[in-house]
Parts: sequence; structure tokens; C-alpha cells
Amino acid sequence: MHIMEGFLPSPWWEIWFLVSLPFIVIGLYQLNKLVQEKREALPLLAVAGAFVFVLSSLKLPSFNGSCSHPTGTGLGGVLFGPCIAAVLGLIVLIFQAVFLAHGGLTTLGANVFSMGIAGPAVAYLIYKAGTRAGANTYATVFCAAALADLFTYVVTSIQLALAFPGTAGFLGAFSAFAAIFAVTQVPLAIVEGAVIMLVFKYIVQLKPEILTRLDLLSESTIQKLREAAA
Amino acid sequence: MKYGMEIAVAALIIVFAAVFLVQDAAIQATLGDGEEAWGGADGEAADLIEASGYEPWTEPFWAPPSGEVESLLFALQAAIGAVIIGYIFGYWQGSRNTT
Repeated sequence: MHIMEGFLPSPWWEIWFLVSLPFIVIGLYQLNKLVQEKREALPLLAVAGAFVFVLSSLKLPSFNGSCSHPTGTGLGGVLFGPCIAAVLGLIVLIFQAVFLAHGGLTTLGANVFSMGIAGPAVAYLIYKAGTRAGANTYATVFCAAALADLFTYVVTSIQLALAFPGTAGFLGAFSAFAAIFAVTQVPLAIVEGAVIMLVFKYIVQLKPEILTRLDLLSESTIQKLREAAA
Repeated sequence: MKYGMEIAVAALIIVFAAVFLVQDAAIQATLGDGEEAWGGADGEAADLIEASGYEPWTEPFWAPPSGEVESLLFALQAAIGAVIIGYIFGYWQGSRNTT
């Protein structure tokens, strides 16, 4: 669930636009390079973007009596890094802000930062650390996607607490917003992690050469994963 | 096990649905007349902010006129994504089989 239209006062909405802008610019530059140098990765890019479309449209009931939706940006973060994931997130957030009045155009900068940049950055870092440490690939993808989802809403809570510290101060406001956003999100994050892990398995089965081309998995690891699945 | 991961994910989703049903029964039992549970987390946050006296300084310039139209657009968004995913995975599967 994104910050709604008009719910970030000045100067906060301008600040988050400025923070997100460089990531979008780098993301567009990286996309351009990807299109020119690694054309065979484009279908994978479309899958990552389509995943954000599907998952962020599913408002799921959590266990505490309220609904929220997963983000789906963890997959893009793992595969292409946070800057390209920011561009994918931006497209979906504009769609939702314009057609669905979900999120908003003035809060777009803040929402792109939480869903498109902060979450995917966590996914990217966990994936890199996990593969370097030789951890199980699917377990790593699960953690990366689930924590990216959860962290998105931790950042949303931080953004709202900064703008509305109220009488409780930043920490008091943060725990109030986190109780709404992050707690709702925990079960959804686990489901999202599991679904993205499954999709990653299918990519390994069907198109492993793209993963080596993007330097995500070594050929020996792919060999091992495919043998384990056979 | 060939489909071990699929079975594990399916089991997780079934548990998720079962916990929802149990929780829903508990919540519905305590709900008063006219109250509705399972609202959006963003709406709850908005209520919390508005309780402090804040007025949103701008409104969405267009909002879906009813819940039905809104769910149509959300379903459309999911369908667009699902078509792309299905097309590409199908294309990959097909090109593996023929080479």
C-alpha cells in the first residue's frame, strides 16, 4: 500500500522526488546499455516488470484484519539491480496513481523510493551476499524477495514518521505506522518470497544462459540446480 | 523430489488461506453493525494522519467511480502482467523443445 495522494506535506514530497531521481536516471542509462549489449535479457526484463504488475495488483488480506499488497519488485532487484527495478516500479506506480487513485502523483517520489529502490536494493544485496557465501540459491532468492517486500513498508513507515512525527516524536510515530504497514506485510512478504523463489526455479530450468550472461549464477551452480531438479 | 518446491509453496498458500479464514471468523464475531474489517493498510494510515488534524493538500484528479470499476482496473493490471509472463515462459519452453 502506497502513500496516498496529498498525504505528504511540502517539503517532504519534493525531497523524495529529488532522492529518487538519480536512481531513475541511472536506471534509464543501464536499461539503454542492456538493450544494446544484452538483448537476449529483454524477455527476462519484461517478466520482471510483469511480475510487479501482477503482484502489486493483488490486495491480500493479512492476519490482523487489514489488507495490503505485495510489491513484486524483489525479482527485478535480484535480476537487474535497484536502478532498473526503480524504473519498473515507476511504471507501475504511475499506472496505479493515474488509473486507480492508488498512491498518488505528488507522493510518487516517496513511493518509488520505498517500492522501487529501497526494497530492490535489499534484494540485490542479499542475493549478492548469499551467492558469494555459497548459500542455497533458492533460499537466498526467497530471503531476498521476502525482505525486499517487508523493507519497502518499513521505509514507507519511516517516510510517514518523518513527515508526521506528531507529539510522539519520530520513533513513536514510526512504531505507529510500522504497526499498520509492516506488521500487515509480514505474512504477505513470506508468500511473495515463496512465489518469486518458484519463478526463479523456472528461469533456471528454462533460460539459465541469461542468468550466466547477467553474472547472476555460475555455470557450475546452474548445473547443480538443474541436476537436483531432474 | 521433482515437484518438492511446488508442493511446499502450495502448502504455504493453503496455510495462509486457512489462517485468514480462522482469523476472519474471529473478527466477524466481534464486529459491530455497519463496521467493516479487512480495509486497506493505506486507509488506516490515512485515518491515523487525519486524526492529528492534517488535511491532505491535494486530491487524486481522477478516482474510479465505484468499487466495481476499481476492481476491474486492478484485474486488468494483473491480467496484463500475467499475459506477458505466460507468453515469455511459453516461448522459452517452446524454443527449448524444438532445439
